[in-house]
Amino acid sequence: MIDSAEVLHVARLSRLKLTDEETERMAGELSSILDHIAKISELDLDGVPPTSHVVEVEQGLRPDVPGPCLPREVALAQAPAVQDGGFLVPSPQAG
Amino acid sequence: MDVSELLALTATEATEAIERGDLDAAELFAAYRTRAADEDLNAFTWVAEDLPEDLRSGAPLRGVPLAVKDLFCTEGVPSQAGSKILEGYLPPYTATSVKRLQDAGATLLGKTNQDEFAMGSSNENSAYGPVLNPWDRTRVPGGSSGGSAAAVAAGLAPWALGTDTGGSIRQPAALCGIVGLKPTYGTVSRYGMIAFASSLDQAGPFTRDVTDAALLYRHMTGTDPMDSTAVGHPEEIALPTAERLDGIRLGVPAELSTGEGVEPGVLAAFEASLETARSLGATIETCHLPTAALGLSAYYVLAPAEASSNLSRYDGVRYGLRTPAEDLVSMYTDTRHDGFGDEVKRRILIGTYALSSGYYDAYYGRAQKVRTLIAREFASVFENVDFVVTPTSPTVAFELGSLTADPLSMYLNDFFTVPMSLAGIPAISIPCGLSEGLPVGLQLAGPAFSENRILDAAHALERSLAFDGSPPRTGASA
Repeated sequence: MIDSAEVLHVARLSRLKLTDEETERMAGELSSILDHIAKISELDLDGVPPTSHVVEVEQGLRPDVPGPCLPREVALAQAPAVQDGGFLVPSPQAG
Repeated sequence: MDVSELLALTATEATEAIERGDLDAAELFAAYRTRAADEDLNAFTWVAEDLPEDLRSGAPLRGVPLAVKDLFCTEGVPSQAGSKILEGYLPPYTATSVKRLQDAGATLLGKTNQDEFAMGSSNENSAYGPVLNPWDRTRVPGGSSGGSAAAVAAGLAPWALGTDTGGSIRQPAALCGIVGLKPTYGTVSRYGMIAFASSLDQAGPFTRDVTDAALLYRHMTGTDPMDSTAVGHPEEIALPTAERLDGIRLGVPAELSTGEGVEPGVLAAFEASLETARSLGATIETCHLPTAALGLSAYYVLAPAEASSNLSRYDGVRYGLRTPAEDLVSMYTDTRHDGFGDEVKRRILIGTYALSSGYYDAYYGRAQKVRTLIAREFASVFENVDFVVTPTSPTVAFELGSLTADPLSMYLNDFFTVPMSLAGIPAISIPCGLSEGLPVGLQLAGPAFSENRILDAAHALERSLAFDGSPPRTGASA
C-alpha cells in the first residue's frame, strides 16, 4: 500500500508535479502494482548474489584518444532557451 | 515487375531481385513511400519525403526501405519516442544500429509510432495516438513497438526496427502475425536508442519471415566505441536453411504453460505448433523454471527503477518541451507534469519509490537477486533442452481501450516474455496460427548468443506451419 502523502513525497523526489486528482488516482494504481511486486518478498534469497549486468563479458574500452565532439551550436540547437552560448534557465530562486 | 508483385517480395527477395537487376531500388522505395504516406493505421509518425540521394543499391541491403521505431535517434529527423516531452526533437546524430543498417544499404523509409518511451503493451500510451491492428482495426497491435509491427504486417514496410525491454518486439510481432527477434542483450549497440531500462533494452528486427530477421540482424550486431556494453556477436549470422528439427529438444516450462489467463485458442495454436515440431523430428519435454513466474514482479521493480533514473534527463533545459515557470524547480516539475503521459508517470513514481531510502533492499536489491535465480534456472534448463518454447502472449490482440483502466492487467501481457529479458537471452516470436481469426505467436528462446540456432529452428517451423500473413496486406478479412 502507498498513500497520497507517500505518492507526493516520491513525486517530489522525481521532480514531478501531480494534481490532487492525479495524486489520488496514482495512490490506488501504484498500490495494486506494489501488491503484485510484493510477491518477490515471499522468496528465500539468502546467499543469492544480485545481477546488474546479465551477459558476462569484459567491458570493451576504446583507446583513450581525443576526438571531435559535438559542436557548441549543434548541442544548443534543440534547447528551449539559449543565451550567450549556454542553456538559459529560470533563476533557482523562487520569483 | 508491377507494384503488387514488388510489394509481395520479402526484404531478402527484394535484395536478390535488385542484385539481379530485375528490380530498381528507387522504384521499390517509391512504392513503399506511397503506401506509408497514405496509411490509416497511425503506424508512422514520420515518412521520408523523397527518394534519398544516397540510395546505396550496391551495398548488401540494396537500398531496401526500412521503418524505424521512433525512439531510435535519426539525425535531423523527428525522434520523439512517442512522447510529448520530445515533440519535434531533431537529434544531432543517428543511433549506431540504424547507422550500421544504412551503411549496409538500408534506406530510412519512416519512423514508427510506439508507446511513450517504450512503456506499454498496446501502443495506447503514445502521445501521437494509438496504432490500429491491420488484422482488425478495433484492436491493438501490441506494444511497445506497435507501429513497427503494424507497418510490417500491413505491408507498409518490408521490415522494421523495434526495441524489446520486456517483450516490446515479441508481443506486437505475435499480435500482428509477423516475426520478431529479441537478440541476446549486448549484441546490438544501444547508442542513440532513447533509453528506457538500460540493463534490459535491446534492438531487434520485425520481419515477414525468419530469413529476413536473420538478414537484418546480421547487419545490426557489432561492438561500438559509444556503448561499452555492446559486445557484438561471436558468430557471423547466417541465413537459416534448416527444414527439420531432428534431435532438437524443446522444453515447455511447467510454471509458464499453466499460467492463468492464457486464452484457450492461444493454447490450442501453441499445442498444434508443438505437434508440428514433433513431426519435424523434435522432442518435447517439460522443463522447470520455478522462479520465472515471478519474473513480472521483479521486472516491474527493475525496469521502472532504471526508467526513473534514465528519464531524469527530461528537464526542459537542453531539448524538448519546456513549460515556462518563475523558478527553476517549478520549471522542472511543470515541464515533467505536462510532458509525460500517465504510464510514464506511474513508472517514474514506482521506480523512485523502489530506489528510495529504506526501500532499496526490499525492492531493487531483491529484484536483482530474483534476476540471478531466473538466469540460473534458464542456464540449468539449457543443459537438457535446446530451446524453451511458450506462447508469446497469453491472448490474441485485444480491443482498443479494453485494458487501459487497469495498468496491472496490461502488465500481465508480458508474462511469457519478461523472463527471457531478465536473463538477457535471445528469443524469437513467429506466427503459429489463428485464434478467433487473429494471429497467435510462438516464442522460442535459447542460450545467450544462440541466434543462429534459434533462427534455424524457427525457419524449419515456419516452413511447416505455413502461416498465411497476407490478409492484412491485401486488405482481405481474415
